[in-house]
Amino acid sequence: MQIYLPIAEVSVNAFLLFGLGGIVGILSGMFGVGGGFLMTPLLFMIGIPPAVAVATGTNQIVASSISGVLAHLKRKTVDLKMGLVLLSGGLVGAGLGVQLFAYLRSIGQVDLLVTLSYVVFLGIIGFLMLVESVRALLRSRRMAAPKRRKHNWVHALPFKTKFRTSGLYISAIPPILVGFSVGVLAAIMGVGGGFIMVPAMIYILGMPTKVVVGTSLFQIIFVAAFTTLMHAWENHTVDLGLAVLLIVGGVIGAQVGARIGLRIKAEQTRILLALLVVGVCLNLAMDLLLEPDELYSIGREG
Amino acid sequence: MRRLLSCLFLLLAVPVAAQDEGIVAGLSQNRVAIDATFVGSEILVFGAVKRETPIPEGELGVIVVIEGPSGPVTVRRKERIAGIWVNSDSVVVNDAPAFYAIATSGPFDDVLNEEANKARLVSIDESVWIMDRADRDDEKAFADAVIRIREEEGLYSLAEETVLLAEETLFSTAVTLPSNLVEGLYSARIYLTREGNVVSDHISYVSVHKVGLERWIYNLAHDLPLVYGLLSLAIAIAAGYLASTAFRLFSRG
Repeated sequence: MQIYLPIAEVSVNAFLLFGLGGIVGILSGMFGVGGGFLMTPLLFMIGIPPAVAVATGTNQIVASSISGVLAHLKRKTVDLKMGLVLLSGGLVGAGLGVQLFAYLRSIGQVDLLVTLSYVVFLGIIGFLMLVESVRALLRSRRMAAPKRRKHNWVHALPFKTKFRTSGLYISAIPPILVGFSVGVLAAIMGVGGGFIMVPAMIYILGMPTKVVVGTSLFQIIFVAAFTTLMHAWENHTVDLGLAVLLIVGGVIGAQVGARIGLRIKAEQTRILLALLVVGVCLNLAMDLLLEPDELYSIGREG
Repeated sequence: MRRLLSCLFLLLAVPVAAQDEGIVAGLSQNRVAIDATFVGSEILVFGAVKRETPIPEGELGVIVVIEGPSGPVTVRRKERIAGIWVNSDSVVVNDAPAFYAIATSGPFDDVLNEEANKARLVSIDESVWIMDRADRDDEKAFADAVIRIREEEGLYSLAEETVLLAEETLFSTAVTLPSNLVEGLYSARIYLTREGNVVSDHISYVSVHKVGLERWIYNLAHDLPLVYGLLSLAIAIAAGYLASTAFRLFSRG
């Protein structure tokens, strides 16, 4: 069934969009990533104009994150206090990121910056996660109970706060900084930022994997909602028709994903996420490295 | 804009010749409505040659041109810098129609000669236009790229020998409008030629616009962006909540 999208001004298959939303939703529920880093490139591929894909993607992330976070709240796997601390940094960062994005657009080259940041960040994070999760998997096979309480620089800072759900007693400064930097990157890359947030929470803050997913989703809701509003307000690029189709698929997917996430082991979840991140990274890197078929591209009116 | 000037120029320069042959033409529709289920459309262009005198000598040709709203576009070219492909050069193509379809009754070069094509701006490369600047010599490549990309997208097309001509009098053709159409006023130009020279022309208009829900969403997004953004968020929040509640009820029952 073909549907004409009012803002994107193209006609696409409704079931394709529904399925796309569903798949990204499942991943979102499983891994606690908003799925923007997958959704946006996929929407490009089916012919949605990039500006519309980015803006509408963030709207869909709001829906699937809410659906996912409610499932996690029931399970008490959301550290609300940590979420709010991350968010306070995140909103400031996103605000700054939007300004930075506008500036880069005015001097051109914003596409390159977006792709490059994807490749660099997905590459580093994916590789680190892959190494770490393979190591953790091997360790858990050898020993029954892996004990790892690392004490690094994070524990030496002032303003110590108790995060009960995460079982942490650390300074509030690192979470705010993590939230801030993810907020900046999220606004530049047009995503919720979960794929950066999740590893940062695990490896920098030392939060338990089970809590990380719910908490990440919780703060993504607000960062994505903020970004959606900015896009609708400044660029008029949020497509309601596209959003509704993606959302219907996405919210169902997120519920399914959250349940799958409970069944499989945390170490396996991490390996899967790592592979996915590395895959998307390689795919984007190819675009930069290989000679494109068409060297020219048409931008919006001069 | 340029077309307007050129028409004006022609009007001033060439005194209107007494036409032996004229065109009577019609379109199957003069408005195209884009709704949620729009998958493209087809416009049937038909007509007859009107003449008071016996049929003149020379090969008769008919050209039908459907043209979408025109405007400037920025074209960028990628170049390899430090091993990666990045946009380096850009050129503003001052005038490029959003849609351009040509249908002819015979091979284009036979139906219309070079001079007439240049004067009337008929062929695709005459319609995509860059303001001449002294500092570059590869501008043509950018204009060609616009044509190539839009041909690929089905927005520009040249369909030779698709205008059916009967008894040197009746003609008809069908032009397909793709689903990735933009809104605006489209023109339908018809040229009647003898031996490659234009003997008569005719123009009519087709309005392409969104209707119903598509119209409403589009207007809201542009007129009340804040309300529209909040509405988008409200839908997202409600959908997320509903899905979560529905699944909880399911897994309980």
